[in-house]
Amino acid sequence: MKLTSYRQKTSEPEILDSTVPGRQSQEPGAAGEPGAAGETGPADADNVRMEGTPGDAFRMHLLPDHKLLVPYVTGGMTPHWAEFVEAAFEAGADGVEVGAPFSDPMMDGPSIQEASRRALGLGTSVQEVISAIARLRTTLLPPAPLFLMSYYNVVFRLGLRRAASTFAEAGITGAILPDLPLHEAEEWTSEARAAGIANIMLVAPTTPDDRARSICNTASGFVYGVGRMGVTGERTDLAKSSRQVAARLKAMTKLPVLVGVGISTPDQAIEVCQDADGVIVGSGVVRRILEGASPADIARFLGGFRKSLDSG
Amino acid sequence: MNIDQGEDGNGVLSRSERPDAGLGHASSAGITLMGDPGSRGYFGEFGGQFVPEALVPACQQLETAFRSAWPDSSFRKSLDGILHAYAGRPTPVTECRRLSENLGIRLLLKREDLTHTGSHKINNVLGQALLAKRMGKPRLIAETGAGQHGVAAATAAALFGLECEVYMGEMDVHRQELNVFRMKLLGAKVRSVSNGSRTLKDAVNEALRDWVANVESTYYCIGSVVGPHPYPWIVRELQAVVGNEARSQCREILGGADPDVVVACVGGGSNAAGTFAGFVDSSSELIGVEASGGAAISRGVPGVVHGMKSMFLQDDDGQVQEAQSISAGLDYPGTGPEHAHLSSLGRARYTAANDVQVLDAFSLLSRTEGIIPALEPAHALAFVIEAARAGEIPGGASVLITLSGRGDKDVAQVMDLTAGG
Ligand SMILES: Cc1ncc(COP(=O)(O)O)c(C=O)c1O
Repeated sequence: MKLTSYRQKTSEPEILDSTVPGRQSQEPGAAGEPGAAGETGPADADNVRMEGTPGDAFRMHLLPDHKLLVPYVTGGMTPHWAEFVEAAFEAGADGVEVGAPFSDPMMDGPSIQEASRRALGLGTSVQEVISAIARLRTTLLPPAPLFLMSYYNVVFRLGLRRAASTFAEAGITGAILPDLPLHEAEEWTSEARAAGIANIMLVAPTTPDDRARSICNTASGFVYGVGRMGVTGERTDLAKSSRQVAARLKAMTKLPVLVGVGISTPDQAIEVCQDADGVIVGSGVVRRILEGASPADIARFLGGFRKSLDSG
Repeated sequence: MNIDQGEDGNGVLSRSERPDAGLGHASSAGITLMGDPGSRGYFGEFGGQFVPEALVPACQQLETAFRSAWPDSSFRKSLDGILHAYAGRPTPVTECRRLSENLGIRLLLKREDLTHTGSHKINNVLGQALLAKRMGKPRLIAETGAGQHGVAAATAAALFGLECEVYMGEMDVHRQELNVFRMKLLGAKVRSVSNGSRTLKDAVNEALRDWVANVESTYYCIGSVVGPHPYPWIVRELQAVVGNEARSQCREILGGADPDVVVACVGGGSNAAGTFAGFVDSSSELIGVEASGGAAISRGVPGVVHGMKSMFLQDDDGQVQEAQSISAGLDYPGTGPEHAHLSSLGRARYTAANDVQVLDAFSLLSRTEGIIPALEPAHALAFVIEAARAGEIPGGASVLITLSGRGDKDVAQVMDLTAGG
């Protein structure tokens, strides 16, 4: 079932001020209930429901037959990288994760490391990536969920409060900070909540259940299940841990559960989505872009995932 | 600077006899300094455990293992036995007669260059390899800059029958090719890291990536007081033998007094942390010397990299900058969190020496004392030479420098740099 396809707006872009009073942070666990589609948010007369805001991020899509597809692109990896984000939405992505390039991407394998290196080599600043996301928010209709993946030092250097409000002003739906574990995340969690952006947190195959439960209770937007032990990268087969982590998380949270790291083919996506609500596809996209793929090539690649997930 | 006469008048108290041994040391201000950083691993505002969730259980398991091993007398007995019979501890403190005269101070060297493998790194790896054994991990991984920690890790792995892989930046593989060959001789695999700046920081990233993927079987033997909790604490505890030995040796030489000034070079900061741990509760002035091209405390700002909140060379976006130094062992853009803390408290002072000063110090020690130092501790020496000549260290002051390693590994490089001298 295909619900919304994001496409580029042709008319005058409507500027979405994400700081409008209606922008509400969600209580943990409140978002994304299956079957909650179309339901209006927390009672607030001024509340303007926008797709792509926290909690709403995936709510409308989370229907029994719809699996979520969230591709990843490193911001600034080519001069026209934003076109790949648009192509992903054309191909039926439900959201896109944009990576802020970082000098020391310790959770990433060769493809995303190289993308980061190229982005920094092109002089990409964090602010440029944020501004590009803000532009994408205005050119995509309806406003699409856009997530920022950033290593914690980038946020730390900006200052947590300033980072959260800058992200919110740019219309960033939520932030993913892979090297900020639960026990160091208290301050960021409250700043993100105050600014009204989702705090997407990761759970690894080695995370014990009680800790995973606490993570689910702290996270908002969606929960990121790390599919395998190791760094990002394409793999020929799906690790057993991918479905296991998804099944474990589904039993603990009402937030959508997406699995990333090591999902590189439509078949792997179908398989993991027997337990998960969706997938994050990173290195497969990034490697193709590094090798010179056009936005149309990326749309075709991701279209394959969309088709498989819709028919699977 | 005032001279501490020592607790018992004679001043020859070994660390283990001291009443506060092993409990952390109370500073004059009453704050416990260089003690147990607690379960969250904070030294003031620095430290912590900023790792991906996947590594959290491994870090916690390591902390639990260390908390059980460290007070265990059988563990300590095996470690002390190996440090003595295999690594050559205790190392002496040597008083430099000619150089002292030249500088008008009383210069003492703690001779870590005389250990097996030629640097203080051996103290750390023997402890961690013993811990890996105790935890039942068959595989050891390590990062290395100068190659000294890599050689030490490969040595410990050979001694304990562990599989060993060492990550080393491509630049360093070229700069330190003899150490690469040594590691191979010792049965380790050396993985050349060709991403990022191709130096120590990238080797750390690559070792962390390996650890995430192989955490069940693998012990990550980090080489300095850096990384996520509990590493900065474990490595400092394992290196404290340097400072503890030196404290009582100095008292013997100085008639019961502690040195006025205690100086060590700072890359990640392990030889300095180990040295300072022995003197933090004394009135000795503590000085850490960084490479001017890698001066994370002197020129860096707070950040969170490699699992720790500490000081790093970085730009406004938080992109970590490449350190630049002739000494591969100090070519790291960050420093251990406990040094950031000691610096913020003012208990230790951090300064930097540049490549030219270091080369001068390197040859001066060689010619006046017959000791060829590694380029890393030559930084500590370079500072002392400058400070003594400038009168910043007053005439007659007693100064202890930790000579963290010997210069064999650097001789070829210095020959190239000075065009044969
Ligand atoms: C001889 C020697 N001293 C010092 C260092 C720097 O390390 P740390 O600051 O941890 O003592 C190294 C690192 O390789 C070294 O080989």
